[in-house]
Amino acid sequence: MISYILARVLQSFVVMLCVAAISFSLFTYVGDPIANLVGIQSSDEKREELRESLGLNDAVPVQFARFVGRAVRMEFGISYQQKRSVASIIAERLPATLELSILSALIALGIGIPAGIYTALRRESWFSHFFLSASLVGVSLPTFLIGILLIFTFSVHFHLLPSFGRGEVVQLGFWSTGLLTASGLKALIMPAITLALFQMTLIMRLVRSEMLEVLRTDYIKFARARGLSNRTVHFGYALMNTLVPVITITGLQLGSIIAFAIITETVFQWPGVGLMFIQAISEVDIPVMSTYLLLIASFFVIINLTVDLLYYFVDPRLRVGRDVRA
Amino acid sequence: MSKPPLLEIKNLRVEFPTRHGTLVAIDDLSLHIAPGEVLGVVGESGAGKSMTGAAIIGLLEPPGRIAGGEIIFDGQRIDNLPDEKIRQIRGRHIGAIFQDPLTSLNPLHTVGRQITDTIAAHLPLTARQARTRALDLLGEVGIPAASERIDHYPHQFSGGMRQRVVIALALCADPKLIIADEPTTALDVSIQAQIIVLLKRLCSQHGSAIMLITHDMGVIAETADRVAVMYAGRVGEVGPVSEIIHNARLPYTIGLMGSIPSIGEEVDRLVQIDGSMPRLNETPPGCRYHPRCPKVFDRCKTERPELIPAGPSRVACWLYEDPTEVPALDLVHSAAARKAGDSPHSRGGAPAATLIEAKGLKQYFDVSPPLLTRILERTGRRIVQAVDGLDISIKRGETFGLVGESGCGKSTVARTIVGLFNATAGTISYNGASLSTREERARNLSVQHKIQMIFQDPQASLNPRWRVFDIVAESIPKSRRSLAGGVKERVGELLRQVGMSPLDGDKFPHEFSGGQRQRISIARALGGEPEFLVCDEPTSALDVSVQAQILNLMVELQRTLGLTYLFISHDLAVVHHISTKVGVMYLGRIVEWSATQQLFTRPLHPYTRMLLDAVPDISKTGTMRSQVEGEVPSPIDPPAGCSFHPRCPFAQDRCRAEVPESIMAEGTAIACHAVQEGRLPAWRAP
Repeated sequence: MISYILARVLQSFVVMLCVAAISFSLFTYVGDPIANLVGIQSSDEKREELRESLGLNDAVPVQFARFVGRAVRMEFGISYQQKRSVASIIAERLPATLELSILSALIALGIGIPAGIYTALRRESWFSHFFLSASLVGVSLPTFLIGILLIFTFSVHFHLLPSFGRGEVVQLGFWSTGLLTASGLKALIMPAITLALFQMTLIMRLVRSEMLEVLRTDYIKFARARGLSNRTVHFGYALMNTLVPVITITGLQLGSIIAFAIITETVFQWPGVGLMFIQAISEVDIPVMSTYLLLIASFFVIINLTVDLLYYFVDPRLRVGRDVRA
Repeated sequence: MSKPPLLEIKNLRVEFPTRHGTLVAIDDLSLHIAPGEVLGVVGESGAGKSMTGAAIIGLLEPPGRIAGGEIIFDGQRIDNLPDEKIRQIRGRHIGAIFQDPLTSLNPLHTVGRQITDTIAAHLPLTARQARTRALDLLGEVGIPAASERIDHYPHQFSGGMRQRVVIALALCADPKLIIADEPTTALDVSIQAQIIVLLKRLCSQHGSAIMLITHDMGVIAETADRVAVMYAGRVGEVGPVSEIIHNARLPYTIGLMGSIPSIGEEVDRLVQIDGSMPRLNETPPGCRYHPRCPKVFDRCKTERPELIPAGPSRVACWLYEDPTEVPALDLVHSAAARKAGDSPHSRGGAPAATLIEAKGLKQYFDVSPPLLTRILERTGRRIVQAVDGLDISIKRGETFGLVGESGCGKSTVARTIVGLFNATAGTISYNGASLSTREERARNLSVQHKIQMIFQDPQASLNPRWRVFDIVAESIPKSRRSLAGGVKERVGELLRQVGMSPLDGDKFPHEFSGGQRQRISIARALGGEPEFLVCDEPTSALDVSVQAQILNLMVELQRTLGLTYLFISHDLAVVHHISTKVGVMYLGRIVEWSATQQLFTRPLHPYTRMLLDAVPDISKTGTMRSQVEGEVPSPIDPPAGCSFHPRCPFAQDRCRAEVPESIMAEGTAIACHAVQEGRLPAWRAP
């Protein structure tokens, strides 16, 4: 057990180090940081002095170690454009993205899993057919198009929902939330649906195919042959076994919801980290870009770690050793 | 009939509506089972045996449906019950056991929970009472330390133990009928023996009847009271077990019986039923067996025969229409059964030179957990000693049979000899050339080409996207391709050699039946003009009548091409039939090795004796086998000393400490302290 967790944690560290290396190389090899700091007229001597004082002439490994050391202490430098610390910019932006992503994930799971089960168990009902055809739309239309269509319908045409922004937010300590005001909630609806749609259809189709797979297995056949009720067979036996692979995929999808928020945030001008990243790219704000990279990577790593641990609790084959006895 | 039958099936018809019309899988089938009776249902795959079982308990796979007939259980019609009603009968009154114990249990629940779930569904017991009953059941099916094991998950049980749990599950509400669908097929012979004995004992104690569905006539022979032989969705013959086995009337049954190799007799050629079972969409009119039947006449082609009495049995065959006239059907003895004289065991002639020899062969696999786990949990490396010091030598023209239970390392031996694995230790030499390492094999490529392999599963070992022509042509060595005649002629010749047409080269593997695919595999192996063929369970995936075709083909090829075989199988009867010498493997070593006849008539090693005791064989009709104890231990951590000692009735302290050396005496090599010390009693044939 301990070795299992430890191995996963160690792996996570290795992944984070690799991402840190990529993110660090953005600083070192993309453009010249000095050029962003000084004016055009400054002399070469002055530039060299600055380079020396910032430690940019040190050996690359030393600089990398320093970078990692700072990152651990949550120091990510100063944004070139906004002249504020990147950490504080992110702290300000992150709640918006997290609220949006978590709500989308809840919508995706809350509708995707039951719909997957339903379409697997009642394959022939017209409702299942409807769900499956509708889900094709979800996977085939690009996110931005769905967002624009929603805006066109509900904001431009019916004037029901706001087309951009977060609405009014309430400050709870460092966390700014839009969940407590009517306008905040209204503003959340369309972006959350846009972001959830793709994941929802994916989860639904995954649950459905896994469930159908499991329903064909021998142990389900044997459970039916023993006269267990449909309820026990479907939910006690089939669903549990379906969940094992579903957990893995949904975990990964959750990570990509946060990462994919870039597009949705751009369409709805949602003031989150995704929008911040897009702006940073257009302004070549390298500290912001590299920090965003680290942030998203750490989300993925944490989610994966959680998934691995969940696995451990769902599947006894991992938990209990194979002391096969005759 | 004195008692009313427990189960009566009248004119059952099962259909599968498909896009290309309706397929009739079971056509007008009638059967009955008396209370407490064991009815064996046999037939080759596709005969509709399992489907009959599924139809009884209302679990036909959709879109299959019962389209006609009645199923009456205990005086009540059950084929038209609503879902909920038939569910209450399943498990409560009719239990079921399926083939594969490894996949029959839900991997995420403890076995205890699965049993109590089932009890709770049928009996008005409290949770505590249900658990007590579950414990009793586990004890009854022979699971040691049941009170501890009840909270274990299925993956913590071995295959044999899991099948015991499955039996406990089937019996937990005391059903009156058990439908056992191939209950022992996935198990090794020694475990198979244990399960059959257990199943029979429990059902007679509980007074349950059994419908035993299997393709294994040996299992039927010693278990069933009556037998129904199915062919293409119909019952062809039904009667008492001894009648079916010794006095079969239907030409199909006679052919089927003749095609099963038996340890009790020696034939040079097995009876061969040409062709294979028709597919559902091309069932012939009239008698469905008529295209393969040697006794066919005009009426068989147009009119369908119904079951009519013939002696103590009932047969669906026009030959028996006139009850006063008993047709003389000497199919078995005319077609085959040229006794001894020309049998493979006494063939031979001048002593041939050794063709292939392996000495001290070892093949270890490292299955250690990752370094971190080993450090944290203080465990060492784990090495599977799949083959552990094996000596083998095969003479030119011989067929060396290698038998053993699963996990004993026989397939690894095959792969190491062919060169798929690089041996951990030991030497392999072929006709004087050394092939012990990869480098030596690369240097002796022309020698390496003389060794070819045939695999167990012809479906998995042929590339599905290649045409048969390309599959076979690929094996023809480059040096031969430019020769006169060309590749095309050569492939045609190879296909003809294995009994197929050169025109078949344009088709894809999926267009052929299992037996034909195995013929293609053989043609591919022959393409390299081999002298030595390694055959790893070449007939295990095939039906018996097709197995007979392939075995006959192999014998024929050996005669015409002078091939030498290493024939690996778990089936003692097949090995007995085809081999000149037999080696018995146990946990990576050969424990006994001698000429076939000697091994089967005077076995020395206790393990060989145990296997021979356990093997179900049609010559043992009605006899009860002796109980076999224990299962094959893991090759990761084999027992010290003689690895068989935990299961050996003659084990002494020396056996537990010292690995026995293999000693040659009178043409037999044997590794056993008891034999060498002369304290082993003489062998009594079962």
